[in-house]
Amino acid sequence: MSSVAGTQQSAGAGRGSGAAQAANLQTTVLEATDLHKAFGPTAALAGASLSVDAGEVVAVMGSSGSGKSTLLHCLAGIVQPDSGRVVYQGQLLSGMPDAERSALRRGDFGFIFQFGQLVPELSCVENVALPLRLGGSKRRDAEKQAMVWLDRLEVAEVAGKTPGRISGGQGQRVAVARALVTGPRVVFADEPTGALDSLNGERVMQLLVQAARDTDAAVVLVTHEARVAAYSDREVVVRDGRTRDLGDSA
Amino acid sequence: MSIAKTFLGLLETGPCHGYDLKRTYDERFGQDRPLAYGQVYATLSRLLKHGFVEVEGIEPGEGPERKRYAITDAGVADVGRWLSQAEKPDLYLQSTLYTKVVLALLTDRPAAEVLDTQRAEHLRLMRELTRRKLDGDLADQLICDHALFHLEADLRWLELTAARLEALRMEITA
Ligand SMILES: Nc1ncnc2c1ncn2[C@@H]1O[C@H](COP(=O)(O)OP(=O)(O)OP(=O)(O)O)[C@@H](O)[C@H]1O
Ligand SMILES: [Mg+2]
Repeated sequence: MSSVAGTQQSAGAGRGSGAAQAANLQTTVLEATDLHKAFGPTAALAGASLSVDAGEVVAVMGSSGSGKSTLLHCLAGIVQPDSGRVVYQGQLLSGMPDAERSALRRGDFGFIFQFGQLVPELSCVENVALPLRLGGSKRRDAEKQAMVWLDRLEVAEVAGKTPGRISGGQGQRVAVARALVTGPRVVFADEPTGALDSLNGERVMQLLVQAARDTDAAVVLVTHEARVAAYSDREVVVRDGRTRDLGDSA
Repeated sequence: MSIAKTFLGLLETGPCHGYDLKRTYDERFGQDRPLAYGQVYATLSRLLKHGFVEVEGIEPGEGPERKRYAITDAGVADVGRWLSQAEKPDLYLQSTLYTKVVLALLTDRPAAEVLDTQRAEHLRLMRELTRRKLDGDLADQLICDHALFHLEADLRWLELTAARLEALRMEITA
C-alpha cells in the first residue's frame, strides 16, 4: 500500500481543477446563507450555508434525513426557505418573480435525480431536447443538439427509444445529457448514481464531471457514497439541518 | 498503534501502576494480544525520559511494579496533539482509530472531532486517488479502485461510529 501512503503529502491539491481554478479566478456563482426551513414541526434546515464557485464540484453528504435534498431544493429555487438568502450571480432568488425564477431553472440550472425524471411518453432524444424546446428552440436544432449530448454520454443508440425501454444506467446517462444540454451554470444532482451498480455509477460520475468541467458548469452533488463524493473538489457535510465544511482541511 | 500514546491517554484519567496500566490496556484495546511486561516498562521508561510522565510515589518493596505513574502537563499536551491529528489513511487503521475515540471520550475531549478530522483526511486521499484514476490507464484504475474501496470501508466505519458516540460514551464511562 505504499503507493497510496505516498500521496499523503500532496495536500492543497485538494481543490478544483476546473477552468476557473486553472485561471486562479474563483467567482462565486451561487451562495446560500443561514437557511432555515421547517416542514410542520420538522426543522429540515436549521442554519445551512453553502457557497459554490464557477466550475466547482461540491459534494453534499450527510445521513438520511439530515436535510441534503431540502438544501439542494432551496439552492435551486424549487423550495423557498423560511429565512436566509440564496444569491445566484448577484441576484436574490427569493426576490425574483416566479416566472423569472422558472426561466432561470430552465436555462441556467440543470437537474439530475436518482430516477424517474424522464418523460415516459417521449423518446430519449425528445427528452434531452425538451429543455431547449421549452426555451424556444426549433425542434430540429434542439434534437440535433440533443444527439450531440447523447453521443457524448455514450448512449446515442437509445435516442429513439422511450425511457421504459432502456436500462437504469442508460436512463441516468440520458438524464445527464438532458441536464447539460442547455449549457447550465450549475447542475444539481441528487443521488445521481443511487440506483446504479458500481461500474455504471462510476461511469456516470466520470461523464458528468468531465462534461461539467468542459463546459465550466458547477455541480452540487448530493450523495451518501464516499466513492461518488470523491469525484468532487470539496465536501460539505449536513448534520441536523446545519452545514459543516470539512473540505479545506488540508 | 502507539502504545506510548495510549498509556498517556489512560494515565490522563488518573495515576496508576504499570501493572494496572497493562491490565486496562489489554482489556480495552489489546484484543487477543496482551502486552508483555517488558513492553510495558520499556514504554514507561521512555515516557519518563521524555518528561511525559513522572513517578508519583514508590511503595516499599522490590521490582518496578511498585512505582505509581502520573501524567505531566507535557504528557497531556502530547495526547491532545495525537488525538487532534488525522492518521495517515492506511489499511488496518481501525484499532488506532478506535483507541483514539475511546481515549477522547475518557479524557472528555471532543471525540466527534477526532472522527471528522479523520474523515476529511480519508476523503482528501480518495479525491486524489479518483483524480489519478481518471488520468490513468486500466492498471492505475484497478490499483486505485482497490485502495478506494478500502478507504470507503473505513469511512463507513467512521460514520457509524460518529452516529454511536453517545452510546459508546455511556458504555465506557459507566
Ligand atoms: N415535503 C416535505 N414535507 C414534510 N417533511 C419533509 C419534506 N421534505 C423533507 N421533509 C423532512 O425534512 C427532513 C430533511 O429531509 P431531506 O429530504 O432534506 O433529507 P435528506 O438528507 O435528503 O435525506 P435522504 O438521504 O434520506 O434523501 C426530514 O426529516 C424529512 O422527513
Ligand atoms: Mg434526499
